[in-house]
Amino acid sequence: MHIMEGYLPWQWCLVWFCVAIPFMYLGARKIIQIIREHPDQKILVALSGAFIFLLSSLKMPSVTGSSSHPTGTGLSVVLYGISCTAFLSTIVLIFQALLLAHGGLTTLGANCVSMGIIGPAVGLLVWMLLRKANASIPVSMFFTAAIADLMTYVVTAIELTVCYHSSGYVSAFVDFMTTYAVTQIPLSIIEGILFAMFAKYLLNSRPEVFKIAEDRQNVGLKKSGKEESA
Amino acid sequence: MKNRTIYVVGFAVIALLVVGALAYGAANGSEFGGSDDAGGDIIADENGGSYTPWTHGIWGGYELPSETESFLFALQAAIGAVIIGFFIGYTYARNKFRVGDKEEIAAEKSE
Repeated sequence: MHIMEGYLPWQWCLVWFCVAIPFMYLGARKIIQIIREHPDQKILVALSGAFIFLLSSLKMPSVTGSSSHPTGTGLSVVLYGISCTAFLSTIVLIFQALLLAHGGLTTLGANCVSMGIIGPAVGLLVWMLLRKANASIPVSMFFTAAIADLMTYVVTAIELTVCYHSSGYVSAFVDFMTTYAVTQIPLSIIEGILFAMFAKYLLNSRPEVFKIAEDRQNVGLKKSGKEESA
Repeated sequence: MKNRTIYVVGFAVIALLVVGALAYGAANGSEFGGSDDAGGDIIADENGGSYTPWTHGIWGGYELPSETESFLFALQAAIGAVIIGFFIGYTYARNKFRVGDKEEIAAEKSE
């Protein structure tokens, strides 16, 4: 799923790095701050990263001659937001780029934008909309995880289409989507079910986790609202 | 619906989807080709027929033996699974001993 080393022109590598680095930096800072101020949250931060580690290692073959894997970013984006997810995804992407030749260091920025920023951001938007519509936490988590996963692949296809489109933008996008996104649909459903079950487990065993997360999201929204009105 | 029923049904659906996807893939001759390879072919097509990566990264052209690669993927999964397992065990113990504390306090009060 990740864009391989050397497969993006260096100019585009730079562009995607410029987009990703602020998120990585803010995420690292936010995680350090959370761990310092709330040491009891350390295990939940580790848990969010663990899901990305575990799920992005589970590869499945597909008929397009490719293989796909879930991304596991749904939980971390709901609990800690987009920047923390970007930072946690970067750790996994570096592990895979250095040790598994899956993805690459030059394409780290582009892969981080798809897997750690835009995919989870759309997932978070879905979470907020569903929670506003009074959907239950497990149902909201199902759609958040599934859509964050699917969007990761859609963004990867867009990143490649922007660079390579000799048959036209639409045709190139469809080609990349067939390789990356279509094989991803059953996997995103699996990921959604898994996260919905885990959300149910968290609701039973540590219900305060989602309360803290939603309070944090509301504070974030109010802050951005105030900045806009100022 | 009871929690246990939800977990059983959830894992059953996941198992069915995984087996279904693998069976469908086997029937259509799919392989673990790697989306990187398939992506590379399409990039070549969309780049006018050929594409040569401008870098091969810090390892150059060296490719890991498949056993080592599988081991490293398993290691990655294991790191994640160990932390998730630790969290579930920690939460279980935390809730159990909290209940125990409450019972002890109640017993002390009644005495």
